[in-house]
Amino acid sequence: MDEAQSLVADAASRIFRDLGDPQTINNAEDDSWRAPLWSALEEAGLTSAWVSDELGGAGAGIGAGFAVLRVAGEFAAPLPLAETLLAGWLLGMGGIVLPGGAMSVAPTRRGDTLTLGADGVLSGVARAVTFAAEVEHLAVLAQGSGGAVVALVTVADCACRDGRNMAGEVQNSVDFTGVTPVQWAALPDGIDAGTLLLMGAAARSMQMAGALQTVLEIAVQYAEERVAFGKPIGKFQAVQHNLARLGEEAAAAIAIANSAAFTIEHMDGWDGNGVFLDVASAKIRVGEAAGQGSAIGHQAFGAIGFTQEHILHRFVQRLWAWRDDFDNEAIWAAELGRRVAAKGGEGLWHSLTAA
Amino acid sequence: MSVAIQFDPIRLPPEAEALRVEVRAFLKEEMAAGTFDPQAGRKTNEEFSRKVGAKGWIGITWPKQYGGQERSFLERYVINEEFLFARAPTRKHFTADRQSGPVLLKYASEAIKQDILPRITRGEVSFCIGMSEPDSGSDLFAAKTKAERTDDGWLINGRKLWTSLAHESDYMIGLFRTSAPTQENRRHGLSQFLVDLKTPGISTRPVLHPTGNHEFNEVIFDDVLLPHDNLLGEADMAWKQATSELAYERSGSERFLETNQVLFELVDFIGENPDVREAEGLGRLVAQLHTLRRMSISVAGMLHAGKEPVLEASVVKDLGTVWEQALPSIARELSAFVDRDPGNRLRFEEILAHNITIAPKLTIQGGTTEVLRGIVARGLGLR
Repeated sequence: MDEAQSLVADAASRIFRDLGDPQTINNAEDDSWRAPLWSALEEAGLTSAWVSDELGGAGAGIGAGFAVLRVAGEFAAPLPLAETLLAGWLLGMGGIVLPGGAMSVAPTRRGDTLTLGADGVLSGVARAVTFAAEVEHLAVLAQGSGGAVVALVTVADCACRDGRNMAGEVQNSVDFTGVTPVQWAALPDGIDAGTLLLMGAAARSMQMAGALQTVLEIAVQYAEERVAFGKPIGKFQAVQHNLARLGEEAAAAIAIANSAAFTIEHMDGWDGNGVFLDVASAKIRVGEAAGQGSAIGHQAFGAIGFTQEHILHRFVQRLWAWRDDFDNEAIWAAELGRRVAAKGGEGLWHSLTAA
Repeated sequence: MSVAIQFDPIRLPPEAEALRVEVRAFLKEEMAAGTFDPQAGRKTNEEFSRKVGAKGWIGITWPKQYGGQERSFLERYVINEEFLFARAPTRKHFTADRQSGPVLLKYASEAIKQDILPRITRGEVSFCIGMSEPDSGSDLFAAKTKAERTDDGWLINGRKLWTSLAHESDYMIGLFRTSAPTQENRRHGLSQFLVDLKTPGISTRPVLHPTGNHEFNEVIFDDVLLPHDNLLGEADMAWKQATSELAYERSGSERFLETNQVLFELVDFIGENPDVREAEGLGRLVAQLHTLRRMSISVAGMLHAGKEPVLEASVVKDLGTVWEQALPSIARELSAFVDRDPGNRLRFEEILAHNITIAPKLTIQGGTTEVLRGIVARGLGLR
C-alpha cells in the first residue's frame, strides 16, 4: 500500500469504528445504524473510489478501492460497498455517469449470460446478485449484437426472486427479461463477463482476507483472556498450534489477495495470463483459508462463539457466503487446471515465474 | 492492529528477470553438454558447482573483495528457484551459499573470510551444519558437545548426529557448548565454530535414510583442537546470532519446491484434456503453489530491504513443507484414473514412489512443524 492508499484505508477504518462496529450492529434492534454508516462512506468518497471524477466518482484509484474493501472485510461490513464499487467500476468502463446511491452488479456466476437485443431490451437471468432487491440500480454486463455492453438498470424494472446468502444478506436471482436499461454503452475491447468475474473475485478475496485477519485477532485476544484449567487457554500448546495454523491461513489469504489487487492495479490489460493466475489463485486459496480459518476460529471460542450475541458469526458466515460469490474455489480451480493442462508442465513453470 | 503478519506484494525486479533468462540458457547448455542429468537426482557434481561458481552465481550477494558480485538477494532468489525446477545438482555448494557463507561474512575473522569465502564462490568447498545431537534435535539448546578453551585453541569433544552431507563436506559450522546455561537463560552457553573436517580427531559414520540413501552422518569429535580464531562471533551467544540466519534458511523456494517434479510431471501425465476432477485438483495445487511463491518472494523482499522477518519466514516454511509433503500423495490420487500409455505410468509411479518416500523428512529438517508453530504462536503474542 502506498501512502495515499493508507490514508484511504485509515479513513475507512475510522468510519467503521465510529459507525459500523460489529458488536454495536450485532446488538442493534433495528437498522438505524445503516443510513449514517452508508452516508459517511459515501461522503468520504469510499463508495465510488473506482469511478473517475468526470463520471461523478472519487477517483481514488484501483489500489485505494481494494484497501477500502480489506477494511470493510475487517469489520464484516453488512452493506453493498463492494457491490457499489464494482458497479461503478463497470459503468465507468462504458463511460456511464454514476447514478448515485447503492448498486450491485450482474452476472456473478460463470454460465449466466445476459443479452441486450437489437431492440434495446435485455433478456436472461442472473443468479446470486447480492443486495439486488435492496439497491436502486444494477450495473449489468450483457452481450450486445456488437460485443459486450454495460447497462444501467433500475431494479424496480426487474423480477427479483427472494433469497438470502449464508450471512442472511439479501441475495437474489434477477430476471432481466423484457427490461429496458436506463442507459447502456459498449465496453472496450477485451472486457467481457470474464473480466467482471475476475474483478469481483479479487474484491471478494480482499474482503475475506480482511475478515480472516479479524477472526485471527479476536481469537488470539480471547485465548489470552479466557482462563480454563487454571490458566489462559492460549498457554496450552494445542491451542497455540491451532491459532498458529489460523495465523498461517490468514497470512496466505492476505498475501494472495494483496497480490491479486496489486496485479490488477499495475497490469497492462485484462487478457494477460498473470491476471488470471493471480485472481484465480486468490479466490481458490482465500476460499480454502476461509473454510479452515472459520473452523479454527470457532474451535478457539468454544460455545461462547457459537451464539448469536457473539460477533464471530458475523465474520464466519460472511466468509462462507463470499466463498461462493463470483464463483467458488472449485469452479475457479477447474478452470485454472484446464489452462494449466493445456500448456504442459514446463509451460506451468513459465507461467508461474512470468506472473 | 495487535497481530502483525505482513506479506506485501513484491515483484522480482527487471535485473532478476534478465538473470533468469541467462540461468535458463546456462542450464539448457549444461544439460545438453552432459554436465548433469535432471533424472539422476541431485547428487554432488563437482564440475557443475565449479561452472556455477565461474558464472559468479555462488555467493552472488557477497562483497566483491570475498569473491561475491554484490548483487541483490532477489537475484539469488531467481537462481535458486530455477536450479530447483531444473533439479540441478547444487549439493556441493548449496549450504555454503545459503547459510554458511553469510555466517562467516558476519562473524568470522578477516583471515578466515579471505581464505574461505572466495573458494566457496568458486564452487570448490562445501559446508555442513553441525547442530543436532543424539539427545538434542529440535531442542538445539540442549546440545552437549563441548568446546573448551585451552592455550593452544578450542578442544572439542562429543558427537553430532543426523548431520546431512558431513561425509562429503570440507567444513562444518558447529554449535558447541562453551559454558553451562544460566538460570535466567537456558539458551546461554552455546557458541558457533568453524570446523575444518580434516582436523585430526574427527571421524564420520554413515547413518542411512530408510531408502538406503546416504545423506545423514554421525560426526565424532575426539580431542579435536580448533584454532582460537575459529570461534564465530561471541562465545556463549550463539542463540542471538542464529535468529537472523533462520529467516534466510526458512523462506526460500527449497521449502516448497523439494518435490516439485511431481507436480510438473503430473501435468504432463494427465495431458491436455483433463476431466473435471483432474482439472480441479491441478488448479488447487497450482493456486497453492503460486500463493506460496508469492509469500516466499515477499519475505525475500523484506530480507532485501534489511528486515528480519523471522515470523513470516516460519509461516512460509510451515505452509510450504506441509504442502510439498502432501503433494506426492495428492498427485497419486489425482493420477489414479489416467488411462494412457503404460510406459508413462511406470515412469510416473517411480517418481511418485521416490517422492512419497522422502516426504516425511520435509517437515523435520531445518525446524520441525511443531517448532515452527511455536514460533508463529509467539509472533501472535501467545508465548
